[in-house]
Formats: sequence, C-alpha cells, structure tokens
Amino acid sequence: MPELNLTSAPAHLRHGSSIGQPLTRRDGVLKVKGQATYAADNHPPGMLFAVMAVSSIARGRVTSLDVAAAKGHPGVVDVMTPDHKPELAIDPEIKTNPFVFRMEVLQSDEVRYANQPIAVVIAETLEAATEGAALLAPRYEVLPALVGLDAGESFVPPVVGVGNPTENHLGDVEAGLAAAEKQIDAIYETPPQYHNAMEPHAIVAAWDGDRLQIDMPTQGLMLSLARVAELFGIAHDKIHIRSPFLGGGFGSKGLMSGPPTLGIMAAKLVGRPVKLVLRREQMYGPVGHRAPTRQRLRIGADGEGRLTALDHHARTVSSTFDDFYEPAADASHTLYAAPAIRTAHDAVRVNTGTPLFMRAPGEATGSIALESAIDEMAWACGIDPLAFRLKNYAEVEPITGKPFSSKALRACYEQGAARFGWSKRSLQPRQMRDDAGLLVGWGMGTATFPALMFQAEARAVLRRDGSGAMEIGAHDMGQGAWTALAQIAADELGLDIDRVEFKAGSSDLPDAGIAGGSAHTATAGAAIHSAGAAVIAKLADFATTDERSPLFGAGNAGVIARDGRLIRRDDESRGESYVEILARAGVAEVEARGTGAPNPAAMEEYAMHAHGAVFAEVKVDPELGQIRVTRMVGAFAAGRIVNPHLVKSQLFGGMIWGMSFALHEEAITDRRSGRIMNANLGEYHIPVNADVPPLDVITVEEHDPHVNALGIKGVGEIGITGSAGAVANAVWHATGVRVRRFPIKIEELLTQR
Amino acid sequence: MKQFDYVRPATVAEAVAAAAQPGAVYLAAGTNLLDLMKGGVSRPDRLVDVTHLGGLDQIETLADGSLRIGALVSNADLAHDANFAKSYPAVAEALLSGASAQLRNAATVGGNLLQRTRCAYFYDTASRCNKREAGSGCDAREGENRTHAVLGWSESCIATHPSDFCVPLVALDAVVEIEGKTGRREIALEELHRLPGNTPERDSALEAGDLIVAVRLPPAARGFATHARYLKVRERTSYAFAVVSAAAALRIENGKVAEARLALGGVAAKPWRARAAEDVLKGVAPTADAFQEAAWRALTDAKPSGDNAYKIELARRIVVRALTLAAAGTPARIPALPASPFASTSGAIHA
Ligand SMILES: Cc1cc2nc3c(=O)[nH]c(=O)nc-3n(C[C@H](O)[C@H](O)[C@H](O)COP(=O)(O)OP(=O)(O)OC[C@H]3O[C@@H](n4cnc5c(N)ncnc54)[C@H](O)[C@@H]3O)c2cc1C
Ligand code: SF4
Repeated sequence: MPELNLTSAPAHLRHGSSIGQPLTRRDGVLKVKGQATYAADNHPPGMLFAVMAVSSIARGRVTSLDVAAAKGHPGVVDVMTPDHKPELAIDPEIKTNPFVFRMEVLQSDEVRYANQPIAVVIAETLEAATEGAALLAPRYEVLPALVGLDAGESFVPPVVGVGNPTENHLGDVEAGLAAAEKQIDAIYETPPQYHNAMEPHAIVAAWDGDRLQIDMPTQGLMLSLARVAELFGIAHDKIHIRSPFLGGGFGSKGLMSGPPTLGIMAAKLVGRPVKLVLRREQMYGPVGHRAPTRQRLRIGADGEGRLTALDHHARTVSSTFDDFYEPAADASHTLYAAPAIRTAHDAVRVNTGTPLFMRAPGEATGSIALESAIDEMAWACGIDPLAFRLKNYAEVEPITGKPFSSKALRACYEQGAARFGWSKRSLQPRQMRDDAGLLVGWGMGTATFPALMFQAEARAVLRRDGSGAMEIGAHDMGQGAWTALAQIAADELGLDIDRVEFKAGSSDLPDAGIAGGSAHTATAGAAIHSAGAAVIAKLADFATTDERSPLFGAGNAGVIARDGRLIRRDDESRGESYVEILARAGVAEVEARGTGAPNPAAMEEYAMHAHGAVFAEVKVDPELGQIRVTRMVGAFAAGRIVNPHLVKSQLFGGMIWGMSFALHEEAITDRRSGRIMNANLGEYHIPVNADVPPLDVITVEEHDPHVNALGIKGVGEIGITGSAGAVANAVWHATGVRVRRFPIKIEELLTQR
Repeated sequence: MKQFDYVRPATVAEAVAAAAQPGAVYLAAGTNLLDLMKGGVSRPDRLVDVTHLGGLDQIETLADGSLRIGALVSNADLAHDANFAKSYPAVAEALLSGASAQLRNAATVGGNLLQRTRCAYFYDTASRCNKREAGSGCDAREGENRTHAVLGWSESCIATHPSDFCVPLVALDAVVEIEGKTGRREIALEELHRLPGNTPERDSALEAGDLIVAVRLPPAARGFATHARYLKVRERTSYAFAVVSAAAALRIENGKVAEARLALGGVAAKPWRARAAEDVLKGVAPTADAFQEAAWRALTDAKPSGDNAYKIELARRIVVRALTLAAAGTPARIPALPASPFASTSGAIHA
C-alpha cells in the first residue's frame, strides 16, 4: 500500500451515520498539493524509459525498422520488435473470456490501425527513448484502409455491448407504423470519440525474479491482474498492482490493453524497471474509443400523441480483428411505452483499434438519437415535448413488461421542469430571443442508465483499540471512492469515519470487481455492507454468549452497532463497547469477509434503472450560427445517495460530457488514410470553462428495496444520457433547424437567417 | 527529438549573426515552435533564443504619434496595457480572443506574427504537405478541409494563417521592423505573409536570419479607436482558433464613413485585407445595406477549396456584423468574452 494519509477534514459528520453526508473528498488536499501518487510518479531505482513507436498507416505491414539507428543513439538500451521480445505464455489473440480484448504487443509485422504500436525503444532517458523511436523510420507495405460507416459489407454481429442480443422485438412494428396518424423516419449520425482521460495510460513495471510489481491506473485491478498472469504465465500471487488514483478512465482503463503489456514486456527484456507513458496522440488507437454510429429511427403516434411503434436501427463499426459493438439502439428498450418496439444493429469492419466502453456505451449514443427523434415526434404531433414524454411514460419496462424496482422519473420531470421554468416555453421553434437578439432555445431529454451490479468482496476488521479497517481493492477514478466507500464502511462498522482504516486501490486486497457500468459504489458498497455485517455478527457472538456481558442473551433480539458500541435492539440502554467486548474475549481483532453480487431473483422480477430529466437552454447567434449552452437543469433519481456532494459532481460531469457530445467531440478521421487528424486536446474539442454554463442538479428521493441491500443505483454515466439530447433539442428549438449529425456544427445552422 | 544547438545571444546583432547559418531558427516563447519540434514538423539545427535580448519588450509612443511594440512584448501584457487597449481596442480584443490565458502570458508579439498554420496535415508528418516538405503534395486538398482557405489559395496549398492578432493589425496598416544581415528595414505587415502560389514552403517574406524587432502602428491607426471591433466565430466559446474572423474599424464623420478598414482572419494564408470592401464604404452612411455591399465585395474572389463553401457565406455575415458592431461604437470595456458573438450575454465571466 502506498502511504495514504487521507484527510477527511473538513468532515461534516452527522453523529451516527456517515452515509448521506456531503463529505468533501478525503484525497482532495493530497491532490491539490500534488502529493497523490499517480502511476507515472513512481520511479523505482534503476528505472528505464520506454517509448512506443506507432504505425502511421492504418493497414498493411511494417517492412523495415532502422533498429541499428535507434540503438546507436546515445542512451538507448534496447529496441523491442516482433523479432526481439520476450515470449508471452499465451497468444494474445486468444480470447480466454468475454472481457479479454485482442491487443497489439508486437506479435507480428501486421498493421491493423493507425497508431498501433510497432516497436518499443527503451532508454536511460525519456528524451533518448523518444529520439530512438523517431530514428526507427519505419517503412511499410500499405494496403487501402477501411474507413467509415460504409467501409464494406455490413453484417449482423452476434451480440452487442457486453452480451446483449443484437435484435429485440415487441409487438408488430410495421403494423404500428402503418396504423400511426403521425410518423417520423430520421437518420442520426454520431462520430467516433476518444475517452481522453486527463491522465494518459501509464505503467511502471518492475520484475524481481518471477515477481512482478506494477504501478498502473486501472479500473479493474483483478481483471488486469488475471490477464497479466495468463499473458506472462505467472501465478496471481506473484503479481502486485497498485492503482490508488486514476486521472480519469471513462472505460479506457478497464481492461488490460496493449501498451501497459508492452511496458511489462520491456521490463522483462532489459531486466530493469521500465516506465511507459502514452503520449496524448498515442491514446487515439490502442486503448479503445467510442465507435461512430448511424441510427435510423422510425416512430409512429396516434392522433392523441400516443406511440404506436418505435423502430431503432443502429449501424456501427468494429475493428478488423475483434468485436465490440456500440449497443446504441438498446436505448429504446426502457423509456417510452410503445406497444411495438424493434431494436436492431448491424456493423462494418474498419481499420481502427477495437472500440470499447466509453461514457455510457450505447446509452449515450442511442440517447441523443432517441431523444432527438422523440422531440421530432412531439413536434409532429404539436405537443409540448415534456407533455409528450408524460403521455408515453412507461409504467413497466416496455421491452420486457417487467415492473421497475423503483422509478421516480415523474418526479424528475416535475422538479426539473419547475426549477427550469419549462412551462414558459414556446411550442414553436425560433420564437425566443434575448435582449441582444440571440436566438434562445429550450430542450429536454430523458436520462436513463441501468442499475447494474457486478461481483465484489471486502474484508472487515474490528480491533481491540476500538478502531476498524475495511479492505477492498476498489478504484478511485476521481469519482470519490476513497470517500464514499469509506462512508459506507464507517456505517457498516458502526464507527466514526476517522476510526476506520479504509484500504483500496491495490491488488493484494479483496477483489472489488470493475469500476465501470456505474456499478462500483453499488457493488463494492454491497460487499462492504456484508463484510461489515459479518464482522459485527462475530463481535456480537462474543458478547451475547458471554454471561458477563450486558448483551448476554440478546442473540435473538439482535444488536445494533453504533458509535463503537453494540446495543440491544429491544433495549437501547443496554450495550457494550467494542473495546470491552474484544478485551474480555482476549482477542486482538475479529475479521470477516463479505461479498456483493447481483440478486438474480430480483433481476428476474424487476427492471432496474436510474432515471433523470435534463433541461437545457442554448443561445444561438441567428446569423453566425455559433452556439452556447447558457443553462442546464438535471433532476436525477438514482436510488440512495451515499454522498450528495460527490454525486452532484458526478452528475455535473456527466451533463458536461452530454453537451460535449452534442456540440464538440469528434475524432476527425482522414477518409483515405484512416489517420485521426485531431489527436490532441487543442483540436479534439471538449468543453472549456467558458462553455460550461451554470449547472443545476436535483437529486430526487428514491427508495429502492430491490437493487441491492443499500438501495444504490449509481450515478457515473447517467448524466451524459438525456443531456446530449436536451442540448440538441434546444438547438432545434432556438433555430428551427434540426441537425441530425453530431456534433452540431456552425455550417448546419447557416442555412436559415 | 533531433539534436540541436542552443544559443542565447546578448544583442540583436549577435542574434542575427547566430541565425545566419542554414537550419537556424529563432526561439521566442516557443508555444508554437516547441510543439512543432516535438512533433518532428520542424527539425532545426540551431535555436537562437531571443527572449533575453534587451530592449525588445517595450511599448513606446514615438514622436510622430506612432506606436512601437517590441517583438518580445507578451500577448497578455500588450492586451492589458490600458493605453494600448484604449487606442487600438480591436487589436486588444483580438489578442484576448486567442489561445488561453496561459498561452497569452507566454506568447510574444513576434512569435504570434510568425506562428505556423494549424492545417492538420502540416502537423502530421505522415501526411504529404508542400509547406512542410516542398513538392511532396498536399493531403489537405482532398482531405478533411472544412476549415481551410477560401481566398488566395492555390492547388499546392490551401492552409490558413491562424493568428487573431494579425487581423486588426493588418487592417490598421501595421508595419514590421526587421533586423537582417543587411541591417534594418521595414515592410508593411500586409507584405509579411505570403500567399502559397507554387511555393507554400515559404510562409513569409522574411529572409533567413531576419529578426522581427518591432511592430509599428502608424499615427492614423488611433483615429479608429471609437469604432473598432474584432469578431471571431469559433467552435467553442474560448480556446479555439477562428473558423472565420473579421476586424472592422471605421472613422465616422458627420454620420458618414470617412474611412473604413476591414480584414478577415481564418480565410487565407495571410490576414486578408479587404480593400475593395473598404472602398465601397468610403463616404457613405454606415447602413446595413452598405455593410452588405461591403461584405459581397470582400468575398468576390472567394471560392471553396474543399468542404468549406459555408465559410464564404459565414465570412460575409461576419463582415456585416463586425461593421455593425464597429459602427455602434467601441464598448467602454473589452467584453468578458472578447470578440465573441456572445460578448454581450450578461453573466459572462470568462476571457
Ligand atoms: C493550443 C493553442 C491554441 C492557440 N490558439 C490561438 C488562437 O486562438 N489564436 C491565435 O492567434 N493564436 C493561437 N495560438 C498560437 C499562439 O498565439 C502562438 O503559439 C504564439 O503567439 C507564438 O508565440 P511564441 O512567442 O511562443 O513563438 P514561438 O513558438 O517561439 O515562435 C513561433 C515562430 O516565430 C518565429 N519567431 C518568433 N519570434 C520571432 C522574431 N522576433 N523574429 C523572427 N522570427 C520569430 C520562430 O522562429 C517560430 O518559427 C494557439 C496556440 C496553442 C498552442
Ligand atoms: S494545405 Fe498547405 S499546409 Fe496543409 S497539407 Fe496542404 S500544403 Fe500542407
């Protein structure tokens, strides 16, 4: 474990319960002072620097590398190539489980996408390694690159997302459309996007015999560890990965990818610790991205504005060598009560790195299309977009017919609309102006994201000095796990947060699963909950079976753990401190483990989703077409809120990404070469401070007894859904121009004056 | 990165001598040059660091009323000089609309003038680019070119010059003072940047070893202070290059335009002075019709070089708006969002 003295000051701790309190993040001061150790901050003695040489072509073969020139450069220690590299224990092309993606680790001279690693130069300094990589001057045999959504024959993939069916049907869509009074049939396009976490992917790898020490930001410690173990043929217990902090991941640091694997190989090759950090432009290739989509939506409604059919088809792309399909059309499964729904996907293969989960994979992409289409349908029916959504409110999950485990979406609509002032919106577009003559538009979108649970384990300890510990290999990507999970731990152990040693971010702790799918707090929280309950039960055993304890015989009545004491549930005046119980029992500490996992029975019975409603105001210059978001209100119902302060920040972040989706983000791909032409943060636009308007987040009360013991649904990704569509719809309302290709560009709005 | 010499001369004369050899380039704040070197786009043999030269960081008013700005004055210091901003408001507004606060704090006047194009193919050494490597071809011509030039381009290069600062400067007849092998000389800023023709590898009229020592604004430039604006349309509210921009400056006497100045940014390989448009405004009332006419004149010769026909229409509209804003009068303070169409939006607190 790194030395972490997380400070909880200023703590706003309500006596007795930590969950629900808006604690400031405990690692905040560390980060502000630059004292939080990120992977690349580690410099073990003797460490060398590795720099990847990457392919400038998207398809073909490397025919030559000037290894001699690179090796001749002062400071260069070695050059790793397909001909000169440590052998892996298994072929990295073999997919040993669905969470294994193929990676490029110099297994051949084949090039499958631009920016693919083709060699690694290892040197005494970063500068020497960088120059060595440049001196390799690769030559290629170039084949025509497959680029874009029409690159080749389309096919229907076997599954989309993570194991979702490619197609889903409810009722007769064609009949529903035929019977409709009003119909829309529209095509929306979304571009390729890259995660662009602030912290680039990095690894510091050090071998000691057959033991391997790794510092690497990861959203999945144990998944990464298992992959490293199989690739290098070493036992799990020989590997230690530390990942106390991530400078963002957004899905791109979930699974072991090629570059960190190359770092480990390089360290093995030279027999010294090696650091490998990606340059920003190298993040546009081997570490995943969001695939582009083209989505066709056909919607029918009757004379009253009730949906008769919803048909959502999404075309996407995957790489030429592996499979990940953005499940964009699945966004239409849960929100609107159409009697007939069809969702389907097809795909083409292109020369890119394999797409991956990114910021609400499928939901974000599908949501902007669906919410735009719903808006178009509302307009076609002459109905206010909120009224239209309420008219088609899904009381049960449309595609499955299951009841929701909880769904406070109506309250989200109501509270969000009230805060925003939605009732003053003009139905017609291009009606509203501000004092300066700018067009003003108001748009809305519904947010939705599944309440997922993965598997996790935690270990809880209570000590004789009255302190406790909670150990779980959880991940803090910036979302605040160090704080929120410690809050849960404190409550479960019945201790003040200051009395709990909370350990996370290391692979020698119990497996916390993956920080993804917005499920980490729920999953890790559930494990902490059950570990805490288990250790308290053990402690209680000592007391309730010992006649010297005031709790003797309380076994049936049960005890409550609070403030370092156990008290009788049926008589709160009778209790005893942990210190006393452990002292009398003569043990230094008690420990117990607990797990968190989905509940299949509940999942069978209920549809589980978080919901929200986002309202956006944009201003558009009527002649010049420049757009600015000026106000956003989001109301979200996501079960139990562990820390309102952190949750708000997560939702703010999501809403900003949503506006980024609608207005800014796009990887510009050269249609001939397949190279990305804006692989840097200067030209791959994400919102800057001046783009981000005042944001207002409302968290709507929601009690959910089914999702998990703590009633947590997760808030990591839902903010982007709904928001992207709300901004796009606001642009339409401002201008009367419906742009269906995202991000919305100035030229699209110059058509009308 | 390629090995190079680094020299830090003490005087202008030493600097010019040090830069005389082939492969030598001047280094100012390096906000552009160092990026280019890291990307392997520029591979100089010698860097001549001019940031320690004395006397080039002054802003001085000369006896004839001209203003002389030393080449090392930072973009931020110049924009925030109260007298400067009052006398040449469009220039200050343009400066503040560029890059980010951090970059403006570092970037110099000389470096801003000579910053290279942002054409993505120029930056991408795997692409063919006549500007980077003479005669290699131009991958932008048939590539991703929606932000490329609509004026003055040639088949060999369709890149634009990205500077905001240069646009009002060229409108105000700025002059560039140069120290070279043959001593001191000066040229109009309008003559500094070259259109590509068949030799896009040459960005400017400078000879090897030429050092920009100052930029001068002639006395007449002050005459526009009450009616001068810069307007920049970009793809996010701040920290983005212009899609198209315009500087408009008017001298209004008795309700008529006595003299108009107009220049466009983001449309050509140089800041584009629109003299034909200026001419139609001379002596007429500053009306919407007159501005429309000027806009048409300014873009008469424009033609798309790719997926960028919209820039021509956008440029016309920007011209009309910039002239309208200039006619309405320079605001007492530079807006919180300088040069932005959202400048007047209340509550804006960002620069
Ligand atoms: C992310 C980003 C965003 C930006 N956005 C904008 C924007 O919106 N608008 C805008 O206008 N600019 C923008 N810029 C560009 C910025 O203005 C320039 O990088 C800066 O002005 C260059 O000044 P410098 O002193 O750093 O020059 P350097 O990088 O040191 O030099 C640039 C060039 O000028 C030459 N040079 C410098 N000084 C002299 C001299 N005195 N005599 C002769 N040659 C000289 C150098 O040899 C070099 O070729 C942006 C830059 C970045 C990195
Ligand atoms: S437009 Fe000019 S700078 Fe861009 S690739 Fe072509 S030649 Fe190079």
